[in-house]
Amino acid sequence: MGGYGDVQMIDENGLRMDGRKPGDVREISIETGVIPVADGSCRMTWGTNEAIVAVYGPMEAHPRKIQRQDRAVLDVAYNMAPFSTTDRIRPGFNRRSREISKVTKDALESVVLLELYPRSKIRVTIEIVSAEAGTRCVGLTAASVALADAGIPMTDLVVSVASGKINDVVVCDLNKEEDNYGEADLPMGILPNSGELVFLQMDGDLSQEEFQEAWQYNMDAAMAVHKLMVEALKGGDSQ
Amino acid sequence: MNSGPVARLDNMTKNIGAAGPRGSARGQTLVVPGEDLGESEGFEAGHGVISISGRLKAVKQGKLREKGRSISVEPIHTRYMPRPGDLVIGYIEGCTNNLWFIELGAPFNAILPMSLGPGKVDFGGTRAVMDIGDAVLCRIQEVEETHSSVVTMKGMGLRKIKSGVIEEIDPHLLGRLIGKGGDALRRLKTETECRIVVADNGRMWIDGELDGILEVRSRLSEISGNSDGGVN
Repeated sequence: MGGYGDVQMIDENGLRMDGRKPGDVREISIETGVIPVADGSCRMTWGTNEAIVAVYGPMEAHPRKIQRQDRAVLDVAYNMAPFSTTDRIRPGFNRRSREISKVTKDALESVVLLELYPRSKIRVTIEIVSAEAGTRCVGLTAASVALADAGIPMTDLVVSVASGKINDVVVCDLNKEEDNYGEADLPMGILPNSGELVFLQMDGDLSQEEFQEAWQYNMDAAMAVHKLMVEALKGGDSQ
Repeated sequence: MNSGPVARLDNMTKNIGAAGPRGSARGQTLVVPGEDLGESEGFEAGHGVISISGRLKAVKQGKLREKGRSISVEPIHTRYMPRPGDLVIGYIEGCTNNLWFIELGAPFNAILPMSLGPGKVDFGGTRAVMDIGDAVLCRIQEVEETHSSVVTMKGMGLRKIKSGVIEEIDPHLLGRLIGKGGDALRRLKTETECRIVVADNGRMWIDGELDGILEVRSRLSEISGNSDGGVN
């Protein structure tokens, strides 16, 4: 296997392996209300990624020791289905899913008005059915749509997009090969109405200029994705 | 300091007029969380709306409502919030020697103390009177600031439910089921020849012939289907 930078992933015309330009985002579709028994739900496909999110609550928090007297607690569980990738994943929690559950929870806590529901719990279950690259972004974005669908008060939706670097070129929304053989990855969670950040991670190295470029790509992509989210929320449930 | 990336970019600020989406179209305007609803000056933030630095902002997904100076969002999905005096149908979720825990479909459970239970109950005999899973018709006695609430079964018609079925719809749809002055509900009762008790938490008890119950159920799914609420 080639090391970092060994694989040619962008041609002389500046097109990527899947024919996208550096700033292009994969195709996205969002659907709400896919799980009738859940209070809110969302199915989101992003390229060949697919996430299904169900939201239950606010409800009584069990066990009682997790209750907070001043606010609700968010219980976020991210999981990849064993069949979601070519290599079978051992079912159940692992280190990676725990980490993603935690960062997703932290990101959502900054938008959901938890103080309106003291002593209760809101359960968010993110299931990745098909994984390519950027599942944490898909999971977080879909979770915010599902929370809105459940009628849970929140100050803004969260849009999460990742940009990165392949063959010394900064590109938006990495696919699997670009994620595996690229040099850097910068997933961000953005509040589209204020432009504030609720989530930021970086894998690999970026210079300050590259970081800024990746940042700008993410911000632009977030606006485009936000439009689709609003459309799904308004169109999916309109009479 | 060198110029680092800035979070607030010009392309993030939406170009919305002072009035926002308000007044733009008569009838149904759907809003999503975070949507700007215009200047807050002179307006009152109602349900599902907050005021942040001079602007009104929707915090829930739903239909925008404007009543006088008050701007609110009528949510598409809601969860019941207990208020004192509400008639509710709950399920027993647990019990101790001297009280029951009642699940109301709310963000928190209520307690039913032995002293407010049905008839005389001996200490330690709570389970013999009402066990886990039983449905009860009760009334909210009080809701504290910390959201701990107490229900009572002392009152007319408050009892353990032993017959019929219990159905559930989103609480904000109850108005449509009951109608003006209870007209729609009264008509439904006579048409289906069923005994119906509609509780404020969106649950209702239906008792009667099977055909009647099925008719009521189809009426309920009609109501929730129209609004996309869903019978749970």
